[in-house]
Amino acid sequence: MTDETNPEDFVNKRGGDYSHIKGWGIDADPKNDPTYPMKKRTDEEIKGYTWERPPQQPVNIEVLKSVERPNITAVFGTAMPPKGLSGAIRRFAFKYSESSYARWMQLVLADRIGVVEGYIDDFSKGYIPNVFVERGWIAEWKYNRKNFILKAALTATVATAGILLLTKGKKKD
Amino acid sequence: MLAMNFRGPFRVRADHNQPYPEIEHPEDAIVRVLRSCICGSDLHLYHGLVPDTRVGSTFGHEFIGEIVEVGSSIQNVKVGDKVMVPFNIACGKCAFCKQELYGNCHEANSQATAVGGIFGYSHTAGGYNGGQAEYVRVPYADVGPTVIPDWMDLDDAVMLTDVVPTGYQAAQMGGIQPGDTVVVFGAGPVGIMAAKCCWLFGAGRVIVIDQYDYRLEFARDYADAEVYNFKELEDPVVFIKKTTDSLGADVCIDAVGAEAAGDTMNTLLGRKLLLQGGSTTALHWAINSVKKGGIVSIVGVYGPIDALVPIGNVLNKGITIRANQASVKKLLPRLIEHVKNGIIDPKQLITHRIPLEEVAEGYHIMSTKLDNCIKLSSHTAFSIKKKYKFLRN
Repeated sequence: MTDETNPEDFVNKRGGDYSHIKGWGIDADPKNDPTYPMKKRTDEEIKGYTWERPPQQPVNIEVLKSVERPNITAVFGTAMPPKGLSGAIRRFAFKYSESSYARWMQLVLADRIGVVEGYIDDFSKGYIPNVFVERGWIAEWKYNRKNFILKAALTATVATAGILLLTKGKKKD
Repeated sequence: MLAMNFRGPFRVRADHNQPYPEIEHPEDAIVRVLRSCICGSDLHLYHGLVPDTRVGSTFGHEFIGEIVEVGSSIQNVKVGDKVMVPFNIACGKCAFCKQELYGNCHEANSQATAVGGIFGYSHTAGGYNGGQAEYVRVPYADVGPTVIPDWMDLDDAVMLTDVVPTGYQAAQMGGIQPGDTVVVFGAGPVGIMAAKCCWLFGAGRVIVIDQYDYRLEFARDYADAEVYNFKELEDPVVFIKKTTDSLGADVCIDAVGAEAAGDTMNTLLGRKLLLQGGSTTALHWAINSVKKGGIVSIVGVYGPIDALVPIGNVLNKGITIRANQASVKKLLPRLIEHVKNGIIDPKQLITHRIPLEEVAEGYHIMSTKLDNCIKLSSHTAFSIKKKYKFLRN
């Protein structure tokens, strides 16, 4: 434990020799007033949504839009358009404001359902995910072998005990 | 092409069948990735803490690369240029970009207004695929991408796309005055860089708090910081008060964000039950450790859901809170100068280098802090000189 009883520790020691710190104070600016948040204020936002917008990216996929903005942004990402049950939940979530729990908790739920859909998608394509590799356990084996073996042994023990309990129950029936 | 593919919390894979990016807009460019990193904030996605992180997405907002294709409107960069790509996607024209708030662009993210567009950072940040891939689509390529100077090491360049500007902005937002005592919560790469940059603003004392001794040792050596492991302190807030003449620090920096350890209630509500935008322990400590009238600077990433913070203390103590995603483009000229003059040596933070094929291992190493990892860089495996056009055909 750090010695918190040593009075030496309780003095705000500053103002030392900074000669070994290259660039000390090089960016110090007495006008850096943190209580004024924007150093380069232009008042552009007072004019509202009036700037010269970049050309619109063709909207040829489904893009969910926040209800807090008037339009789809000039560019947008095309990574994973909504689909399936998770997509339906996401569409519903986007009916709510960004300040609403109803929006975010539904998106969290959709994410978890999306994981299951991901497995189904993999299997439907004949791909069996290698969970050992995907969870990065090769690294655990490389760098934390003792812990890995302990965890594996514990999991195996719990699984075996579970199977034995279930089997025992069936025999009684 | 090869790209990281998110399959769910704690599960990603290197996928050779991801589609090549296309030019979707006249201001797009396609970049062949030369280096990409796994960021601490990628771990929030990896751990399932950021809503609307869809299975199949490619993460990665810290990357550099070579431009291989440009849209019809692009004028500032050309095919063959090696560029560092800021993590924020910014149009350069909207009300906020005109104020140099490139992290708050209003023309890059349809899904939300509270956050701008970010590469590979869930659909909450626009639904863009990221740079942990062989190729990536870079929108508004005339605005963000900055040509890497000939003299610059590529490992330095990739750190300038997020870690260095975020750490620098954390210090800058603190409004540090010469002689100030600054406490940085979190000794990840951004926290270490923030500690380093505090000296550039004239700090008189820089204290770093974390739970991992190896990271604290790194912060002490790299950033000349005074370091403390909060697990060895009875109460970090009381300790900071005691060690600052019972007044509190002049400036506190939250460089942790959503996954802070150290408080059961926050861990339960924020990380396990997802009822908060993450665990806010570091933010609590920052607010409670800073002096009255002091400044709290937040660069740790939190989710969009509400979070419990001691707002009464903020009011009663008269604290100024500043927070933002780094406006990388605005900061780059100064930071490039600092790298050139040897004032900042960003590549020293990179402790691990892996091929992109081992991205799942990379995430696990970063997530569980294996092998004393500070920062992990992924090199796209381009041992064979393939031509982009050839690959697309």
